[in-house]
Amino acid sequence: MTRIWNLALAAGVIGLVAVPLLPGVGGGKAFLGTDDQAKDAIKDASPGYEPWTEPVWEPPSGEVQTLLFTTQAAVGAGVLGYVLGYFRGRKARAGGADG
Amino acid sequence: MHIMEGYLPPAHAAGWWLVSGPVLAYSGWAVGRALRRRPQDKFLLAASAAYMFTLSALKLPSLTGSCSHPTGVGLGAVLFGWRPMVLIAAVVLLFQAVLLAHGGLTTLGANLFAMGVAGALVARGVFALAGRIGVPFRPAVFLAAALGDLVTYLVTAAQLALAFPDPEGGVGVSLAKFLGVFAVTQVPLAVAEGLLTVLVLNVLAAEDREELKELGVIREGGHA
Repeated sequence: MTRIWNLALAAGVIGLVAVPLLPGVGGGKAFLGTDDQAKDAIKDASPGYEPWTEPVWEPPSGEVQTLLFTTQAAVGAGVLGYVLGYFRGRKARAGGADG
Repeated sequence: MHIMEGYLPPAHAAGWWLVSGPVLAYSGWAVGRALRRRPQDKFLLAASAAYMFTLSALKLPSLTGSCSHPTGVGLGAVLFGWRPMVLIAAVVLLFQAVLLAHGGLTTLGANLFAMGVAGALVARGVFALAGRIGVPFRPAVFLAAALGDLVTYLVTAAQLALAFPDPEGGVGVSLAKFLGVFAVTQVPLAVAEGLLTVLVLNVLAAEDREELKELGVIREGGHA
């Protein structure tokens, strides 16, 4: 039962993220980040506002930025997988390896 | 989300730091105390932090035709309460501010309040309330994670509206505009985060029922 639930949940997550990308649904939309849209909204409300500080460091290119975002996601996924594997192994050692 | 570096006027940036700073210090102290009492929790806490790390790196497309990312606060807030989430959120925000020019150091106080403090408090509060009025475990986790995600963006919109009121309509008009940017985009993503959090908790509960029971997350004999 839980397995069916989990498959349905995974399908729901993938669907919610994938459907906007289908042609005809989000077709022609830019899929910009909301951060950039917020910047525009700030410019509308306060046309004279200038940011008073700059980021301490910026990734030199989109590729490097992608690398760092991917690293962040990969480290998280790795740790999560490690902990799940640890729990599974611990349960198996304890003799409750039925699930 | 994440208000960009320099995009909050100095007084606002400092004000949000004044609010979030002490909460962050308390969070650090509370995590230390909790792990001294229950060192066995460190794996589950690491998993919660890892979940947040991963989710906040993923910018997902939304039905509105723009992209935003989930927060990942819900899982840890359901398992451990809001306290540790503030510290974990601060680490995530610091990483993104320093290495990704995403968010910023001056705006970290405001962003930490939105994601770590408000997001985690709402997630935990919703989970507790749902349990009390008899909502089953899975729907309660879903509501906690989805609403914790959504409220983060509501708070971000409010923070920007306070800092940049509309020249004619004031804070209200400005709030509607920022909500239009953040909240609408976030609704489908919050639903996705809610579903994913239930999935991850299902998997965790399958492998480690005892610890979840000890933490009071699932009740004896209850479904998980």
